[in-house]
Amino acid sequence: MSFNLRKDSKGVVVVGVDGQLIVGNRQELKQKVLEALEGGARKFVIDFSRTGYIDSSGLGVLVSLSKKIREQGGDLRLCGLNEDLQTLFELTKLDTLFAIARTPEEALAAF
Amino acid sequence: MTTPQSLQVRRRTTGGETEIELSLDVPSDLEYVGPAVELIADELPGGPLSPRRIRFNFRTAFAEALANAIAYGNHRDPGRFVRVRVEVARDAVRLHVTDEGNGFDPRGVPDPTLPERLEREDGRGLFVLRSLVDQVAFNEKGNSVCLTLRAG
Repeated sequence: MSFNLRKDSKGVVVVGVDGQLIVGNRQELKQKVLEALEGGARKFVIDFSRTGYIDSSGLGVLVSLSKKIREQGGDLRLCGLNEDLQTLFELTKLDTLFAIARTPEEALAAF
Repeated sequence: MTTPQSLQVRRRTTGGETEIELSLDVPSDLEYVGPAVELIADELPGGPLSPRRIRFNFRTAFAEALANAIAYGNHRDPGRFVRVRVEVARDAVRLHVTDEGNGFDPRGVPDPTLPERLEREDGRGLFVLRSLVDQVAFNEKGNSVCLTLRAG
């Protein structure tokens, strides 16, 4: 439950978030992405197609991961936000901080 | 995980209208936020709020208020609980979240959307809360918040 990681043919790590990204499970996401970063991965997509809601801690962990990935010369993209989640990113102005694609395919194609 | 929380459900009828009240005491452990939100959201009767508002606004705002109460109010003290009470009326859902802490002053929280604060990991909780519900009201002490979602 929660997070599943896969690598596409170009080595991009795609993380699917099932259910919610909140204070109770954000560390698990952080740990999984940082492990992949330490393992040499540099391109990441986080897919929210199957996500119900994200709280401020979840938003915070995305900000923190994005910074760490950029520091290593990598890139983090988001995709699959429904209308409500998209609005949340716009209200918090985090849509200006992240590259947000509509689908995982579009996010992957943008690398 | 096993939840030691027991949900109380009360129904009151006044003047032909039935009001439902759900209440729950949540231990001060952030692991309980998700399960507590699901427990209450699943019991929330349809009616005042659309399924979409229950799925997103109610769940997110509840998770936010509960996490704040556990982390900043009760400082994750296992001997303290957060009391949750949800009143479901025809015109609105009111969610009360009360911790056992000393309270805080919500006026002292800076705007997290300022350019210099945008890349900070924390500090968005209250802003997100205010964006998702129709009214956020703290008691004078600052250890209890009432979130109102009007029908719709």
